[in-house]
Amino acid sequence: MKTSVNIRVNGTSRTHDVEPRLLLVHFLRDLCGLTGTHVGCETTICGACTVLLNGQAVKACTILAVQADGGEVTTIEGLASNGRLHPVQEAFWECHGLQCGFCTPGMILASVELLQHNPRPSREQITHAIDGNLCRCTGYSHIIDAVQSAAKKMARPEKAK
Amino acid sequence: MKSGTSNGYFGQALKRVEDPRLIKGIATYVDDLRLPGLLHAAILRSPHAHARILGVKTEAAKNLPGVAGVFTGTDINPACGLVPCASSMPGLKAPRHTMLAGDRVYFVGHPVVVVVAASPAIARDALDLIEVDYDSLPAVTNPEKALEKDSPLTHPDQGTNVAFTWLLANGDVDGLFAQADRVIKQRIVHQRLTPMAIEPRGCVASYHAGEGSLTLWTSTQIPHLLRTLLPGVIGVAENKIRIITPEVGGGFGSKLDLYVEEAMCSHLAMRLGSPVKWIEGRRENAMSTIHGRDQIGDYELAVKNDGTVLAIKARTIADIGSYLQLLTPTIPTLTGLMICGCYKLKAVRFELTGVYTNKMATDAYRGAGRPEATYAIERLMDLAAAELGLDPAKIRQKNFPKPGEFPFQTATGLMYDSGNYQRALKKAQELARWDALLRQREQARQAGRLFGIGLSTYVEICGLGPSKIMAAGGWEWGCVRLEMSGKVTVITGTTPHGQGQETSFAQIVGDRLGVPMEDIVVLRGDTASAHYGRDTYGSRATAVGGTALIMSVDKIIAKAKILAGALLGASAKKIDFRNGRFWVKGKPKNAIDWKRLGQEAYEAKNLPANLEPGLEASSFFEPKNCTYPFGTHIVAVEVERETGDVKIVKYVAVDDCGPQVNPLLVEGQVQGGIAHSLGQVLFERTVYDENGQLLTGEFTDYPMPRARDIPEYVIGSTVTPSPSNPMGVKGVGEAGTIGANPAIANAVMDALAPLGIRHLDLPLLPEKLWRAIEEKTAGRKMKKPRSQS
Repeated sequence: MKTSVNIRVNGTSRTHDVEPRLLLVHFLRDLCGLTGTHVGCETTICGACTVLLNGQAVKACTILAVQADGGEVTTIEGLASNGRLHPVQEAFWECHGLQCGFCTPGMILASVELLQHNPRPSREQITHAIDGNLCRCTGYSHIIDAVQSAAKKMARPEKAK
Repeated sequence: MKSGTSNGYFGQALKRVEDPRLIKGIATYVDDLRLPGLLHAAILRSPHAHARILGVKTEAAKNLPGVAGVFTGTDINPACGLVPCASSMPGLKAPRHTMLAGDRVYFVGHPVVVVVAASPAIARDALDLIEVDYDSLPAVTNPEKALEKDSPLTHPDQGTNVAFTWLLANGDVDGLFAQADRVIKQRIVHQRLTPMAIEPRGCVASYHAGEGSLTLWTSTQIPHLLRTLLPGVIGVAENKIRIITPEVGGGFGSKLDLYVEEAMCSHLAMRLGSPVKWIEGRRENAMSTIHGRDQIGDYELAVKNDGTVLAIKARTIADIGSYLQLLTPTIPTLTGLMICGCYKLKAVRFELTGVYTNKMATDAYRGAGRPEATYAIERLMDLAAAELGLDPAKIRQKNFPKPGEFPFQTATGLMYDSGNYQRALKKAQELARWDALLRQREQARQAGRLFGIGLSTYVEICGLGPSKIMAAGGWEWGCVRLEMSGKVTVITGTTPHGQGQETSFAQIVGDRLGVPMEDIVVLRGDTASAHYGRDTYGSRATAVGGTALIMSVDKIIAKAKILAGALLGASAKKIDFRNGRFWVKGKPKNAIDWKRLGQEAYEAKNLPANLEPGLEASSFFEPKNCTYPFGTHIVAVEVERETGDVKIVKYVAVDDCGPQVNPLLVEGQVQGGIAHSLGQVLFERTVYDENGQLLTGEFTDYPMPRARDIPEYVIGSTVTPSPSNPMGVKGVGEAGTIGANPAIANAVMDALAPLGIRHLDLPLLPEKLWRAIEEKTAGRKMKKPRSQS
């Protein structure tokens, strides 16, 4: 038995008939073709599948697509606007906040959510915000640097040229 | 031969070329591949560590709509070869490592049945419909008990649990032990670890019946070794196999293997006439991707009262699990080869016994045998210093080879290429403000706090390596092509998977050719473009792979000089080259650039006689020796008495990996490597219970470091070039993991030393520390702890 689900993904309305057991992450990856959201554990631990659901960072591997029905999702593919990287993306690049890149989309979205409600986080607040996101490559230091750098960028937006 | 630095890329902390696709979420990992007609495989695995299979019922699964096939060992094994092991160790007993279990299973996670279906969900549903009748057998889980006469056997047909024995003996060990004033003895358990790359393994196999060829996309570190090894398993010739590694989400040695699933998906794609994908789940990853470490060693160090170390003895057991993967027997031999560390020991005896148990195989995990060596020798040096009342830094310095003694031959027979261990130690002590740190410890101890300082002076072996020590060759291949447009294509036989060589190789080539990095593309991870390669492991890519590129660049420059000479009316000898421009000596105004040369080389209208068209060169670099990076890590910790929690107060790392192509990437490797050690020292351990059940099968049970666990580092470096390659680079992928373990552990043990605690095995979990502290302080809790110097 399938059920119709409508989710606004990165600003585009997406309607699909899905099995009730379909996870949000598979809705995004398999039905929307947005493979930037990764599956690392399917148990909510690693955070590679983190997306923003109605502005809140959630683990898409343990939310059913039907639970997100009527909601708004931002994935890593929807973060840049008008071809310009989000300041958090830029900062991850500049600070070498990624190596293999597999945890990166989730790590970036968890950081974006933090900076949305706390524009000037302390080091402790940053490590707390990404506590649900595992990275096995970087050892986190450059990720923490990146979030701090992004906070600075967002505090003083570049002047229009 | 010094690298040309016309653009000055070498040594610059440039951000990475590969990052935009990764931070935008538009990179392609293996699970992101979509092929027409793609089928999905799922594997039913043994829930038993050791059992006889009495029967398998697959009818219900076969009848599930959407299922394309259900296969048992009886169906698959006769059509395939065995999983290969590269070791040629004399006397090695190797069980037949088939694709699926035959009539027995040997570890929890052993593949028993494979289902192929139209979707991953249907494949998983079908697994639930399969019934396997097991007759459970006694499991072998303790490697020491496995050596007892009445032990059950992992592989009963072999008649023993001993897989191999290996002896490294050099020098007059007994004589030197007789001369020793003291013998420092310590038993050390190097716990089993799970690599846990965040991207699990996975592959997609597609067979092209018309050509009789196979393409395998797989999350691996070794596409080229797979292409060499796979023909023996699936019966397709090497020149009809193409292996592609798309983005690989972390390896750490765990993807340095030919795994059953890669071969089986290839076989099934041929058998079913449709592409087949398999993506590993996290639980599967924990149980059926290789584990690391797992040695027990009894070590003895012979020392004189003045701190001079004479000789080392070790009797070690390696618990290698139930099967041999690619390098399973080789890894613990690296422990033996590196057991002398940075010290001028005169003799060594390292006895190693590899033992089969009903567990997943061990193999290379970041550091691969060297962390065990460094940890053992560095613990022993600290124990020696404590027994002799010497400063841990001074006892180390006393036994270092001097900078002028390199190349330095160790008692184990290795030739350390270059080193200045004194300089790295001194720099680390300066950065740590050593004297102030000692005062801080004294004050803390007087206040009754458990404060400790740990030191590790390490050396490791990288840049693998001369072909004579590598089963399938230790060279590397690289190709550089100037395109007709003047753009440059670089093809490497190494397989970067996060290390950033798309950037650092462009830096190296850009400098030497005098071409802007924007005009360079680095191709990797596809055996159709890089025909040969020995891939990425053992921190070898830059030292060996980078050198193959330099050789190729130099060949192109030499040919370009001939062509430029012809165009400018001079002989090649009279042509100068700098910053991407060629001119006749003394006439720099009349210069030709790469763009013109590219056009001329391929249009081929004005070539001198006997000059082939094109500007492309490839090279195999065969290193004469490995490289030996080294360094010093200094750590200060405070242990909370009431909870056993360890807080890292200071972390100083000084690493010498030779000249750094890109210091930002070096720093990333060092920090990432240290995090793996931090996990090993403080939390991580793979646990099987006495029945062989895996208790650490998910991230929930296998605690890895999180951001909150990471200290703020003080990172420094020294630069001692290696004579093993023209750039002098040494490699840095594993240094952090090799150097950090003993520094953190020694700091914790130093913190506990005033309580009379001599040694605790890793991981130093809060409960373990709390119990040890309780035991030593019971009955005198009310007294103020006595301070010790």
